[in-house]
Amino acid sequence: MATPEVAIGPSTVAAAEDQRIFVASQWQLMWWRFHKHRVAVASGIVVAGFYLVVLGADFLAYADPNASEAQRSLMPPQPVHWFDGGRFRPHVYAVKGARDPETFKRVYRADPTMKIPIRLFAQGFEYRFLGVIPMTRHLIGVDGGLDAEKTIFLLGTDVQGRDMWSRLMYGTRISLTIGLCGVTLSLFLGVVLGGFSGFYGGIADTVIQRVIEILRSIPTIPLWMGLAAALPRDWSILQIYFAITVIISLLGWTELARVVRGRFLALREEDFVVSARLVGCTQMRTIFVHMVPSFMSHIIAATTLALPAMIISETALSFLGLGLRPPAISWGVLLQQAQNVQTVAITPWLMIPAVPVIIVVMAFNFLGDGLRDAADPYGR
Amino acid sequence: MLAYIGRRALLAVFTVWAISALAFAIIQLPPGDYVTSYIAQMASMGSVVSDEEAQNLRIQYGLGQPIYVQYLKWMELVVQGDFGFSMEWRRPVTEVIGDRLWLTVVVSVAALLLTWVLALPIGIYSAVRQYSVGDYVATFIGFIGLAVPNFLLALVILYLGFTLFNAHIGGLFTPELQDAPWSQAKVWDLFKHLPIPALILGLAGTAQQIRIMRANLLDELRKPYVVTARSKGLSEARVILKYPVRLALNPFASTIGYTLPYIVSGSIIVSIVLGLPTVGPLLLKALIAQDMFLAGTIVLLLGVMTVIGTLISDILLVWVDPRIRLEDT
Repeated sequence: MATPEVAIGPSTVAAAEDQRIFVASQWQLMWWRFHKHRVAVASGIVVAGFYLVVLGADFLAYADPNASEAQRSLMPPQPVHWFDGGRFRPHVYAVKGARDPETFKRVYRADPTMKIPIRLFAQGFEYRFLGVIPMTRHLIGVDGGLDAEKTIFLLGTDVQGRDMWSRLMYGTRISLTIGLCGVTLSLFLGVVLGGFSGFYGGIADTVIQRVIEILRSIPTIPLWMGLAAALPRDWSILQIYFAITVIISLLGWTELARVVRGRFLALREEDFVVSARLVGCTQMRTIFVHMVPSFMSHIIAATTLALPAMIISETALSFLGLGLRPPAISWGVLLQQAQNVQTVAITPWLMIPAVPVIIVVMAFNFLGDGLRDAADPYGR
Repeated sequence: MLAYIGRRALLAVFTVWAISALAFAIIQLPPGDYVTSYIAQMASMGSVVSDEEAQNLRIQYGLGQPIYVQYLKWMELVVQGDFGFSMEWRRPVTEVIGDRLWLTVVVSVAALLLTWVLALPIGIYSAVRQYSVGDYVATFIGFIGLAVPNFLLALVILYLGFTLFNAHIGGLFTPELQDAPWSQAKVWDLFKHLPIPALILGLAGTAQQIRIMRANLLDELRKPYVVTARSKGLSEARVILKYPVRLALNPFASTIGYTLPYIVSGSIIVSIVLGLPTVGPLLLKALIAQDMFLAGTIVLLLGVMTVIGTLISDILLVWVDPRIRLEDT
């Protein structure tokens, strides 16, 4: 595009500013627009933080998520004491468990005389960082990690005496990747079917639109429950994981298909698409080189908004015991233990996995909103 | 108008058919059938089911025939109002479901009504007093409502009720009235228990409706006819309620189609958490026990119920909005 020469002088600073906008690429415009939306930027950082947890779950965990011990069942979270004698030395008190002679419940008493210092980059169980590098260091930990006396449970333990913090880290990994896989699959379905529907129109469009309407008017949770209950009991964690992903996305692609179809319909008659067709571009080229880039941003925004629904679906199914099953760890699986009010009233820390669910869903919603606004840089 | 309603009705019929097929397919998916799980159940209790007995059970329930025959058999009975036999409860499905379906309807409709009752005034307020403290509070609660999955909300409310008031909030009836026959006292009891489940179920929808109402009303408020009305000296309440609100009200009716399936869906899982005597907990149990007729019937009835609700909302929309009425004539 040939831009007319603009004389740069002190009187034309505003014009130079305009110039910058005229020649900016679409992505640049979007970035500027997005940048202004403070909440969305903050949410983006939160989401990025959560995905860092996904990558480094084993580094952030300090205990083997499946190491259980009856001796420390349902231990409450140990409060961290940051200072020791005026100096910054984070530590927790050692906890002694005993059985209450009257109620036969395990009670735990902190022992202030025995301080367990918290160490950075402490030695712990073996793992492979990012799945490759063998490591034994963890972000935090205590000396003599496996000693039953000297342990730390930041968020307490569950019924089987497993550390909630470490389990939460691993749960984040599964819950967030299942959302990502699910959304990828629905994106594929949505783009193919929505694109087909919007680009060709006619009978295909009518049929696909009716199918979408039917799917949307069906209450999804009973259907999900039915499909998930149908999964064979003897499947491996990985098989169940993918099956759940497929189930969730089979019903979740409709919204994305709507967005894609809407964009195709809007663009089909645009001048640049018509001219692309007239100069003899193949259909594939017209679609992927000329049309898709111009609504890519809308797809990204719609995808971001579809992710929280996926995460909630998985959590809900696993919570009911129909989704992922132990030994797999996800937020829903962790929350399964919090189903019973009586249990929760005595051991409220079992409800903690609800917190990341809520934060992540909110962050994705804000981020998606910001992206959606930014995707339309000329809007408003 | 009739053409429009006719089209919607036709789609509804298709949807019901799709739901019935899906429901039946789901039930058929698990490996093994009721008899296998029955044998496993008996084995865990220490008794053995002979092959002959198993064979007889299979014949009795028609389990050996091809799937489409089983489906047609099922549909034939369904049309006659006979939903088959619950194999786990050893009673007819209709008897097992009993009042539960109607209670599901009551809870869902209550949630829907509450959504409107809350969203309408709050939405209007948020738009008219844009950027006021009240608007920010409504927006904030709205975001919470959208972000917190309703079963977690149910859990938190149960927990708070239990720890703060030492009261069990769940259920739809006081225990004494749970199994009592229907009476005025029982209806009143139900009415008293409804608000909490309705609020939990309706919160997400309310949040959404507030945002829609606010956005639409803001658009309308900027239009010249509002200025005209005001300059003619109409009272502020009249200016707002008589014209822009009426226009902004439209999505209220048109979104029932999406809100209702969502609420019905949510009612299942919230009922399980709150222990409501709706079809939710029954469905979960039936699915785990592979009680196919019971699970299938529940999925089917829930689907049909939603479709009918959506159809009603479509007709309402035509009635409310003359633009749609005129489109087809």
